[in-house]
This record gives sequence, C-alpha cells and structure tokens, in this order.
Amino acid sequence: MTQNTVEVKNLVKTFGKFRAVDDVSFYIPQGEIFGLLGPNGAGKTTTIRMLIGILRPDSGTANVLGFDVRKKPEEVKKRIGYMSQKFSLYNDLSVRENLDFYAAIYNDISARQRRLRVDEMLEMVDLKEIEKSLTKSLSGAWRQRLALACSIIHKPKMLFLDEATAGVDPVARRYFWDLIYRLAGEGISVLATTHYMDEADYCNTIGMMYQGRLVSLASPDTIKDSLPGVLLQVDVKDPLEVQKVLQNVPCVLHISIQGMQLHVTVKRDSDIGTIERTLLRANMPASNIEIIQPSLEDAFTSIVSQERVKAS
Amino acid sequence: MTNNAITVEGISKRYPGQKDKLALNKISFNVPQGSLYGIIGPDGAGKTTLLRILSSVMLQSSGKASVLGFDTRRKAEEIRKLIGYMPQEFSQYPDLNLIENLNFFANIQGVSKSQKQERIEKMLTLTNLSGFRQRAAGNLSGGMKKKLALSCAMVHNPRVLILDEPTTGVDPVSRAEFWSLLSTIVKDGVTVLISTPYMDEAERCSMVGILYDGQILKEGTPEALTDQLPFNIIEVKAKPRKQMREVVSQTKDILSWNPVGDRLRLSVPPAKERSISRELEYSFKRQKLDLHILRSARKTMEDVFVTVVEEQEGQKS
Repeated sequence: MTQNTVEVKNLVKTFGKFRAVDDVSFYIPQGEIFGLLGPNGAGKTTTIRMLIGILRPDSGTANVLGFDVRKKPEEVKKRIGYMSQKFSLYNDLSVRENLDFYAAIYNDISARQRRLRVDEMLEMVDLKEIEKSLTKSLSGAWRQRLALACSIIHKPKMLFLDEATAGVDPVARRYFWDLIYRLAGEGISVLATTHYMDEADYCNTIGMMYQGRLVSLASPDTIKDSLPGVLLQVDVKDPLEVQKVLQNVPCVLHISIQGMQLHVTVKRDSDIGTIERTLLRANMPASNIEIIQPSLEDAFTSIVSQERVKAS
Repeated sequence: MTNNAITVEGISKRYPGQKDKLALNKISFNVPQGSLYGIIGPDGAGKTTLLRILSSVMLQSSGKASVLGFDTRRKAEEIRKLIGYMPQEFSQYPDLNLIENLNFFANIQGVSKSQKQERIEKMLTLTNLSGFRQRAAGNLSGGMKKKLALSCAMVHNPRVLILDEPTTGVDPVSRAEFWSLLSTIVKDGVTVLISTPYMDEAERCSMVGILYDGQILKEGTPEALTDQLPFNIIEVKAKPRKQMREVVSQTKDILSWNPVGDRLRLSVPPAKERSISRELEYSFKRQKLDLHILRSARKTMEDVFVTVVEEQEGQKS
C-alpha cells in the first residue's frame, strides 16, 4: 500500500522535436503541498495535464491516487480536483447553481447529499450570504473562491492548482492560501503552480522546472540555504544606476532589483565594506546594507540564471 | 503649459445594464510628465475601465480627462497617435511573425516608410528580441509575448504608455527583465501609466494610486504611503508553524498578524515594538520552538494595500 498520493517516474512528453517534459520524477506524500515553479514555458502545465489524465505521456510512469494515468485516466479524472487560472464557471448561473451543477456531474450522490454538500462548500469558502447572486456579478476574488469550491465539491483526495491566483490581489491570495492550508490539514494533497514566490513558501516541497527538466527538488528552506554566496539587501535611491555600478565589482555574483531595494549576492567571505565604499565613490551611498536570508524569489532568479549560463 | 501628461477630473463610468453599480466613481488624479504612475487595486476595482478611457478606446459616462492636453472624448484620434496602449490580453497576430506584427502595428499607427525600418529595429534591440524575428508570435514564451506587445505599443514612438497588467502570469525573471525595460523607457522621457497586482512592482513606481470599488482611496509616492502607516512590522518565523501561530495569538498588544509564505508579519504599535519582540523571544524559548527569524521588518506597499482594503471592508460590513 502506497503512502504517496502522486508518484512520477521519468516522465517524458514531446511535441514534435520539442521536449516539453524531460525525464521528470517526484512524489507527493498524503496531505502535503507540492509547488511546481519555473519560467513560462518550462513544462509545468504539460506536467499537470498528464497527471490529471488528459494528456498521454510518451514514456515514464505517473501514478495518481494509486492509478496509472496512462492506463486508467478515467479513474484519475473522477478522483481529483483541478482549478486553473481560467475558472470554468457559468456566468448566468447563481453561486449556488454553479456548485449544484458541479455536484450533479458526480452522479453517485443523492439529491439530499448534494444539498448538504453544497451547503458545506458555501460555508467553507464563506459565500453563503451571496449564494443567490449571479456569478457574473462577483468580484475576481469571490469567483476564485467559488471556482475552488466547485473543484473540490466531490471531495477529491488530490487537488491540482494551475496558476489559480494569477492576477489576484494580496488580500484575496492570503485568504485563498489559508483555505488551501486547511484542506491540506484535512489530508488532501495539493500540487500548485504559481508565479508568486511568497506563495511557494507555503509549500512543503518545491520542484523547480527549466526547459522541461526538474532542476531542483527540495523544501523551501533547503533551496534558500543552498544558494551560492551571501545575500545582501542594499537600500539605495536609484536601484537601476547602482546595479550598473555594482555589476563590475569582482566579489559580486548576482544582482536583482526587488521593489525599492537591491539584492546583491556576493562571494562568501568577501568584505561587505567593498560594496559600501564602491557606492560612496560613485556618489550613490546606501542608506542601509544588511545580510539577509534569501527569499524564494532570490533562489528562483539565481537558479534560472545558472541554468541559462549552462545552456549558452 | 501644464506639467501633467494626464489629468483626470471627476470621471465616472456606468456600464449599461448595471444600474446600481458605478465601475468608476468620480475619480480625479494627475500623472506628471515623465513619471511612472502605478494603479493598484483588487480585481474588479475598475483598473481596466480607467485605462481604457484614458486610452480613448472607451467613453466615460461623466467627468473630464485629457492626455497631453487633448480631451479623451473629443480628440480621440490625436491621443491615439501620441500614446501606446497595451491591453491585458495578448493582441498580436499569433500566426504572423515578429517583423510582420511590428510592421502591421507601425502601418496602422501611420509610421512613415522612411522611419519604419529604424523604429522596428530599435524595438527589437530594446526588448532583446532580435534573435526571433521570424518566429510566429503564437510560439513565443509568455515573457516574450509581453515584450512583443510592448514593442508593438511603442513602435510609433509614443510619449505616453498605458499598460494594463503587463506582467500578470509572467515568471519572476521575465518580470524583472520587463521592469528594467520600463526603467529605460522612463529614463528616455516617456510617461508610463501601469496597472499591476504585484506589490513589489508598485514600489518601483514614482507615484501609486490605490483603486478600490471605483474610487482612488490613497495616492502618493511609495515612500510616503509606507511612512504613513501607523504601525511597525515584526517578522517571525519559527517551527512548528502551528505553535508559532499559537504563541503569536496569545501575545498582548499585537494589532494584527498575517501569514506571508512561511512567515508571520505582525503589525505592532511603534512604542511597544521592543517589549513585544522580547516577549515573543521569551515565549518561543520557553516552549522550545525552533526560532529562525525574529526581526523588525521594512514596511512595504503590500502592508499599505492590505491596510487600506481592510479598513474599507471593515466600514462596509
């Protein structure tokens, strides 16, 4: 008996000459949240499409909830939940009618059970008060919550989220992730893709994809700790100009601009004073320089640029 | 002579069929020439409506707006020649290649034959797309599509750029590239009005307006907006996470707290920051939690946004 909800071994998918997914292996234990990150076009959505049974792998195996996605795609589809950036909701139906519709697709529950289940979902995502509102009149954040409820109305043990929070504001994103956390607490496994790196921090394990390959597979903390060098947060007035100046300093490995600050990766054991003095000489003094723990955004940027260097 | 590239005076927009709801409710603000002005707001706040009106592709119901001195209602033709507008959806032709797309947009914008070649080359160099001229637009990656869309919006050398969520759904590295591109464009003197759901991007704007329910609730430089917040932030990370939450919820004087990724951000009264910090450290130690981070953190535009939205929603309910 397996403990893992998802087991992927050496998965490959090609489109013509293009290897969209190239020898990918990972697993997701029950109740864990797995984050799949990577640049646009890295193969994240193709991977998900194979795992939910709508795209046939060329080679390799993938088991979801104990079923081989290649041999038993219908069994997989029945048992999983899936939500993507493009919510599939009926705009001319009310909130309740949408939920009822999705509940009815899974025809093995009675009308009474269905009603109870819809009520339970409305409570969970906090939409009970507006159950009669037309879906098209809802804000993006509410539509997102409704879409989530629809995708788990049949109580799946495995939930796939493909950029489910793209374009949504921070308040709504936090609420959404609180819900996901609750689901994981109830034993549901989750695979999520996102471009928001703060969301990736919610995951137990992160797989980083680049050009079809899984180039990193570890917990968020391990990924951050494994970055080369030391990360400095530098507060300056004109990040773009300062970036140009610091690029030529020998101990600097990498620079990225984050909001009003610069994140500068320097070689281990380098003298931080060098950075300070360089900026003073250039007449762009930093108001603050401190060593910080890298964020996943730093890690992502660093891993992608390393892979780009390897590729060129 | 005015120093504003865009002026907006009491603009409202009501869509047909939506009797009780104003998409925009008497909005007024100015975008100074040469600035990078960011509009942030939740989904459905009215960002796209506002940008469409200012690009003169849609009419307001009332109020007045002008772009580079031209009235959006009466001088739409003039405005369209002087501005570049990048809608949220990919609007290039997927089966045409990059050169063909750029040519097409240069033609409809009336770029003269003598200048067309030069402008197209300049755009390809600026966006680093020179190596892909023959590729069909539909086969570009997400980040490259956005850069092509920007090139098409700028091929006629506009003085004002209006960009509707140009980085939504784009990965962090491509996003960073897009923003250094924008900085270059602003340095060249182009005024940029941009909407975005990313709060770190809001911090790179020279001015920010927070749009909520059709109204601008706050406006200012990112520095001014974060300075105005009446609290300080303590950032905490300890494991196990559940016990960390328990400790925090039992600590006195914390105004509010929010999970952000694997951390908690606590809003605390500035006068009590030290005592709260000390108490947290003590509680974590006593309960034998594994403490990774406990520090005073910089206030961000995300804090501003969350505070403004929560205040507003608190008033409604």
